[in-house]
Amino acid sequence: MFRILKGDYGGQILIAIVIAACALVPYLNLYVPASSPFHLSTFTVTLLGKYLTYALLALSVDLVWGYLGILSLGHGAFFALGGYAMGMYLMRQIGDRGVYGNPELPDFMVFLNWDALPWFWQGFDMFWFAMLMVLFVPGLLAYVFGYLAFRSRVTGVYLSIITQALTYALLLAFFRNEMGFGGNNGLTDFKDILGFNLQSDATRIGLFIASGIALILGYLSCRAIVASRLGRVAMAVRDSEDRVRFIGYRVDKVKLAIFTFSAVLAGVAGALYVPQVGIINPGEFSPLNSIELVIWVAVGGRGTLYGAALGAIVVNYAKTYLTGALPEVWLFALGSLFVLVTLYLPQGIVGLMRRRQKEIGHETA
Amino acid sequence: MKQLDTLREIMRPDEVFPFVHSQKGLEPITDRGVILSLEGVNKSFDGFKAINDLNMAIDAGELRCIIGPNGAGKTTMMDIITGKTVPDTGRVRFGQTMNLLGMSEPEIAQAGIGRKFQKPTVFECLTVAENLELAMHGDKSVWATFRATLSGEQQDHLDKVLTTIGLQEGAKGQAGSLSHGQKQWLEIGMLLMQRPHVLLVDEPAAGMTHQEMDKTTELLNALAGDHTVVVVEHDMDFVRSIARRVTVLHQGHVLAEGTMDDVQQDQRVIEVYLGE
Repeated sequence: MFRILKGDYGGQILIAIVIAACALVPYLNLYVPASSPFHLSTFTVTLLGKYLTYALLALSVDLVWGYLGILSLGHGAFFALGGYAMGMYLMRQIGDRGVYGNPELPDFMVFLNWDALPWFWQGFDMFWFAMLMVLFVPGLLAYVFGYLAFRSRVTGVYLSIITQALTYALLLAFFRNEMGFGGNNGLTDFKDILGFNLQSDATRIGLFIASGIALILGYLSCRAIVASRLGRVAMAVRDSEDRVRFIGYRVDKVKLAIFTFSAVLAGVAGALYVPQVGIINPGEFSPLNSIELVIWVAVGGRGTLYGAALGAIVVNYAKTYLTGALPEVWLFALGSLFVLVTLYLPQGIVGLMRRRQKEIGHETA
Repeated sequence: MKQLDTLREIMRPDEVFPFVHSQKGLEPITDRGVILSLEGVNKSFDGFKAINDLNMAIDAGELRCIIGPNGAGKTTMMDIITGKTVPDTGRVRFGQTMNLLGMSEPEIAQAGIGRKFQKPTVFECLTVAENLELAMHGDKSVWATFRATLSGEQQDHLDKVLTTIGLQEGAKGQAGSLSHGQKQWLEIGMLLMQRPHVLLVDEPAAGMTHQEMDKTTELLNALAGDHTVVVVEHDMDFVRSIARRVTVLHQGHVLAEGTMDDVQQDQRVIEVYLGE
């Protein structure tokens, strides 16, 4: 593990911060009295946990965009699919505590007059099965999609547009009630996870720590890929795909493997996101979400991994703040942020910090 | 008529059917001295005949120059050999038995044909040593690449290639900051890392200074013998300095073949090319 992080100062700092947060946040929330200015409300803990899942999602995008050169405008789809798999488990945990009190069927199925659980809902009452699906469903979609796209050598803008179409198609499909995923309303009204009440402070803290651990493990695995020869092949593919083919690598397989892995990471992020926000609906498939998350990565600095995590947290903090303080400004702020970053900060915040560091280095030298 | 052609193809005495020889993972057989042969190759793009009944044989260990005016089909020929372009008709053999048509680009590269492009395309974001490491001969599947580390023997090979191309100084530097000439050499070095039998080199001297050109001449001459080197070039002085045998292409067809002097005296060659 230390070998992977050798020379990666940004990553070391990121992991240190996440570990510190995992230790400090529970303490500030559970043991510091609410009257103290240092007390963290459970609302804030949940918010921070949400940011961590976004950071993990941003990592998965940076892995394919920053290192492999695939600008995916549909990564939100993998996130949402992971979220739906988790949501289905949480729905099954409600049992007979739903509004209709039906022990067999989730509320929305009773509402639609369905008399039995559809086949694709089978097994989701088991946690391990749902977790397997969290990994499997986004992974399978990415594999099939990637297999078709990379074999026919679809690249660049065309690939981006197809990924966008993919998430849009899923958005429309999940809006339909007949799909059996709650249609427009999605899945919500969750009660507990693994027997722990989702509303309790301790569960919230647990989910926060789980998100932190997932982020660290996600970072380490991305970093392991990037620091290996496979990572260097990926960068070579990004810069000159044809050349890589002529030195004997199967470019389509390299892309497929990394793209699929990235989708699985996005799925895990989605699965951790859903119990914290308490709802998953087709809105998560919206193309806008996927574009927004590309902006996080651009703002943080692509091709660095830790920059993506940083960007996700910074932009989402700004979003939380602005949508609270000046709700009508947010979309303009987001748009102009993207324009400004593209024009003046092509390397994002990380690039800016590196430049500052160099300038300071020159001044002292 | 078509059936007759097919029948004629099948009845050829030198026909080697793929099922007789498994093609993958085999070394090319060069008992009769020929390592690369093109026979009756045709290729047209939207009615334009880029390659027109091209026949050529290249001996193992040879240093061959291919010249020709623009549009003579030099690059298309390279594309066909490396599997980027599939010809309409004809056959392309590597050694006596290996049929290159029907093999993919990575398969051909793995079999031992390396290609250097006209424009130097090294991976600029990687270091010189990393560029060479990527090109190294070996298992290039995804998992093997992920787990790969450099063995002592591989490191030695890498160092040897670095010395051959004269870049041992800047091995840890970014390939993007190399000069144009150095990039060309690095690219030749990347070819060498693949332990190829045949090196296809497209315009190695383009944009080089005289000193760089001399060094390139030296490098290519040193490589011939152990490897078969095929050079496509425009610069006649450069060709004169390296070539033992020259093939002149014109309109996708071999116009003349022989030593530089022979070729230069050929009336047709003077007409289409040198006489300009």
